[in-house]
Amino acid sequence: MARSVKKGAFIDKSIAKAVERIRAGGARPPAIKTWSRRSTITPDMVGLTFGVHNGKRHLPIYVTENMVGHKLGEFAPTRTFKGHSGTKAEKTSKVAKK
Amino acid sequence: MARIAGVDLPPNKRAQVGLTYIYGIGRSRATSILKEAQVNLDTRVRDLNEDELGRIRSILDAQGEIEGDLRKRVQMDIKRLMDIGAYRGLRHRRGLPVRGQRTHTNARTRKGPRRATIAKKKAPGKK
Repeated sequence: MARSVKKGAFIDKSIAKAVERIRAGGARPPAIKTWSRRSTITPDMVGLTFGVHNGKRHLPIYVTENMVGHKLGEFAPTRTFKGHSGTKAEKTSKVAKK
Repeated sequence: MARIAGVDLPPNKRAQVGLTYIYGIGRSRATSILKEAQVNLDTRVRDLNEDELGRIRSILDAQGEIEGDLRKRVQMDIKRLMDIGAYRGLRHRRGLPVRGQRTHTNARTRKGPRRATIAKKKAPGKK
């Protein structure tokens, strides 16, 4: 079920504060580092870069207009899957070595 | 022969079911449309007269977004997800389930027919 409109979009205070500071003309860091993947992207975040934590690193995410309404975490994948051993790509490379 | 919303010509089914042959119309929407057009749900599609068809068409036009337009919008929505690099977009790109379902087993609707796994047996021998 969708969230009640009455409450508004959920944003962690830390992020709201950082965005407000930059909007008010504060210093603009290369990326706003954050662990708050659960925060919704609001229209006033467009054009900023966030360093969204993926569990290991802060991935730089440049926010565009299309992303409004999504959560920050949707743009920083938490899993690395490089494929199984013996899948097509690897097999062909093995054959090439021989 | 009844032709509504472009290419659709539902056959000799009940009007309520016939309408669901149009992309974007299911049973409940079909029912509400027929009620609004004051057409009996049980009339066969072939028995609908021009008058009734006209009313159904005008209601559909007013409600908008069926068939091609709707398909296009769905495609655009998916494309948007892929372009912004969202997790759901990545899943669409890979042809895997988008809404967090398990992929250890099942998920065949998204993944398509099973691929043969003969390579599995060979792998230990190679090492």
